[in-house]
Amino acid sequence: MEIIGFILICLGILFNFFGCIGLIRLPDVYNRLQSSTKCVTLGTCSILLGVLFYTGIEGAGIRALIAIPLLFFGATVAAHALVKGAYIFGVKLGDKSVKDDYKDAEKS
Amino acid sequence: MKYIALFIIALLFWLLLTFNLSISNIVVGIVAAVATCILFGKHFAVTSFSKLLQPQRYFWFVVYLIIFIWECLKANFEVAYRVLHPAMPIKPGIVKIKIDLKTDIAKTTLANSITMTPGTITVDIIDEYIYVHWIYISTDNPEEYSQKVSGRFEKYIKKIFE
Amino acid sequence: MIDFLNILLYVQIALCTFCLYRIVRGPSIADRIVGIDIFGILVVGICAILTITTKRSFILDIGIAWIILSFIGTLTLAKYLSGKKLNE
Repeated sequence: MEIIGFILICLGILFNFFGCIGLIRLPDVYNRLQSSTKCVTLGTCSILLGVLFYTGIEGAGIRALIAIPLLFFGATVAAHALVKGAYIFGVKLGDKSVKDDYKDAEKS
Repeated sequence: MKYIALFIIALLFWLLLTFNLSISNIVVGIVAAVATCILFGKHFAVTSFSKLLQPQRYFWFVVYLIIFIWECLKANFEVAYRVLHPAMPIKPGIVKIKIDLKTDIAKTTLANSITMTPGTITVDIIDEYIYVHWIYISTDNPEEYSQKVSGRFEKYIKKIFE
Repeated sequence: MIDFLNILLYVQIALCTFCLYRIVRGPSIADRIVGIDIFGILVVGICAILTITTKRSFILDIGIAWIILSFIGTLTLAKYLSGKKLNE
């Protein structure tokens, strides 16, 4: 059981690493949110699941199990609010963008 | 009815969080749950309780959860490939997709699922159109990409919430 | 195995410096807010690993409280960004 938890924790830190690389490399706000929010959230969920497997059904494991849905919904709603706020604030889409359907809808 | 459902959920949450079945703990939990009901009961979102008691909806929820986790993992590796590739093959943009879900909670669940799948993020919902920022727009055909973004979740969400 | 978990803890702390880079250098305000959001989630991972290495389960309670506080903070900053009052 401890081995499974250990592997899940390593996998989670690998996902966190990919997300942070994306935070550094990608060109504009929307793409940074794309990679970082979701890779980092999935990685942290994986770490919490690893804690559940490592400790078994005890106080700490149950708390990790509760933290997973909270983190999931919190991160999702926060990412949605940030994307909409950045668009209304006037951050332009990056140079590589090919399409913008939201421009017409926001004015009307 | 609304208040009783919120009371049961709050009490279960407290018992899971402390994970301890002594009498004093349960009494503190009941007091805290009653306080929560009085303060926040009017904001509780569930409106129809007949849907809450049908067992087939829970079955479809479990099926949906498995499919969602699988899609999430697959797309996560795809985003990791795009981030680590030296040339960064991305083609971002905002696309407009038509959905045919009616209730608010179904729309919210679909938007949350799309946001949580790496590669797509929901910007806004206006009436029956949903605006999605997508990291790699592969086709220009609206039907094809709406199938790719929302089609894989929509039929399960319809079975769960409508 | 505890030693290796300690090394993983240092890796996780090193990932936080990436977020600090984005907070310091970010060209616009929105970039900085994204950095703060990611920083909050990474701290929860640090709390989870500390729970195993120190064998004290109350640290995960701090993690749960941190999730909720970080969520409310990001939501407030996003409201500020879109130019609305807090009660809309």
